[in-house]
Amino acid sequence: MELTQVLTVARKELRDRLRNRWVLAVALVFTAFALVIAYAGGAQQGAVGLRSIEATIASLTSLVIYLIPLIALLLGFDAIVGERERGSLDLLLALPITRLELLLGKYLGLAAALALSTLAGFGLVALLLGAQVGPRALEPYAGFMASAVLLGLAFLSLAVMLSVLAGERTRASGMAIALWFFFVLVFDLLLLGLLVATGGQFGGDALAYLLLLNPADVFRILNVFSLEEMRNTFGLATLVPTALGKPWLMALVMLGWIAAPLAVATWRFRP
Amino acid sequence: MESRNGPGADAPVIALRGVAKHYGAVRAVDGVDLDVRRGEVFGLIGHNGAGKSTLFKMMLGLVTPSAGEIRIDGAPVAGRGARAVRRRIGYLPENVVLYDNLSGMETLRFFARLKGVPLAQCAPVLERVGLGHAAGRAVREYSKGMRQRLGFAQALLGRPQVLFLDEPTNGLDPEAIRAFYATLRGLREEGVTMILTSHVLAELQERVDRLAILAAGRVQALGSVQALREHVALPLRLEVSVDEHGADAVQGAVRGLPLEGAHWRGAQLHARCPRDAKMRVLAVLASLGGAVLDLKVHEPSLEDVFFGFAD
Repeated sequence: MELTQVLTVARKELRDRLRNRWVLAVALVFTAFALVIAYAGGAQQGAVGLRSIEATIASLTSLVIYLIPLIALLLGFDAIVGERERGSLDLLLALPITRLELLLGKYLGLAAALALSTLAGFGLVALLLGAQVGPRALEPYAGFMASAVLLGLAFLSLAVMLSVLAGERTRASGMAIALWFFFVLVFDLLLLGLLVATGGQFGGDALAYLLLLNPADVFRILNVFSLEEMRNTFGLATLVPTALGKPWLMALVMLGWIAAPLAVATWRFRP
Repeated sequence: MESRNGPGADAPVIALRGVAKHYGAVRAVDGVDLDVRRGEVFGLIGHNGAGKSTLFKMMLGLVTPSAGEIRIDGAPVAGRGARAVRRRIGYLPENVVLYDNLSGMETLRFFARLKGVPLAQCAPVLERVGLGHAAGRAVREYSKGMRQRLGFAQALLGRPQVLFLDEPTNGLDPEAIRAFYATLRGLREEGVTMILTSHVLAELQERVDRLAILAAGRVQALGSVQALREHVALPLRLEVSVDEHGADAVQGAVRGLPLEGAHWRGAQLHARCPRDAKMRVLAVLASLGGAVLDLKVHEPSLEDVFFGFAD
């Protein structure tokens, strides 16, 4: 594999997203939502204004868990099938570049665009928060930002996989929306259904580990269960296996969610 | 230059042996043997579904053959050596849509990087295809003809020895087509081997050294335009303009000649003439002196040849 080929493709993809202002637009969306949640997130409890950083993260988590997968899927579903439909895929593949290099270049370029807008969008709010609560309290917020980037990269990986599997652009977009519904809305309901249907027989640790089959739930575990205050507040410490409370382990699972779909994409992206 | 005079000078640049591609029961390409010689302009002709684009994609290593072998300059087009082969070829796909947000120059620089070509080559190549003035403009503002020329420009990067051009003039206006073929002539003089497809047969007819006619996944005919015409032995068409007093003399003279379908349209005699009788017929008509005012002999067009085979 030649790294220069990967980087050439990646740089072109990133430049494309910077030039059509995709990065800017998504960063602004993140900033706006983060600001609203940081200041008005406690309105249901009868108070507005800045709460604890951890409460803010918990509110942000429940928003980001919908938003980032959707944005990542929309960003990536077109990656390969779009080139195929425009007729430029054949052109690229007739160049001295392998399919793996092209796929990785596409992924890395889009990943850079997504990571950049995530970090810029939430980072801007971090500066404001830092000014109010002091920079030391920002540590969990940095963790939240890192996990948000990982969540985006996992769903981007799924999107690129769809982009290889789908024969047409319209089909890829349909599959992307279906995937979003499944992981963000349906999956947890299924687990809940399982729990209720088995009368709680099938529960406890096994059920908790099933959460790892969904990158959105891994993100939730990272941001809710692993925060000391959250565990104590909700009494989650007794419910969740201790292994799931280890951020580095959850980050590793997330990396698995990035690697596995890309591996499938590479396997299926054959002449 | 060495290879052109050396022992391998006559070796084909592109060699196909028993190449086939089956999709289930469908035989898209069904046992093709083909040699494209160094420096020639080679045409590939066929109806939609004749297997033309599948064959083209297999030559580029984009589609893996079900059977057979394809080599460019002796090296297999797929597998380990593919990267080296691809550095020596240029490809212009049919109706390619490039990246709207990049400028013409940025597009070329992207392809130059992927091809490992010095970026300094981009400006001269843009000039060569007549896009020097639009180098800094975004591709979204390009006309269809300009987009096609930009696609052609990326194919020329790195001075490829072999150019694959798929329906290169599709959708271009006549002026752009003329300019395109002028560039092709220049490349031919530089010794570049070119293989192109077109469905506008009249256009290819004057511009290829040899061509292959593809139907039902097989090469039905292969050779120069002239050789193909002779091979199918389509009769020539005669058109004789006759002086108003000479009609009887002409009618009498041609009675003994092997003409087919002779009929009059006003003062003109139309007939089909077998190729081997051409000189005899001309001699008889010339001997009639003033009775014959004018004489036209039409060669069958490539379309006639094409439909003679492909249908």
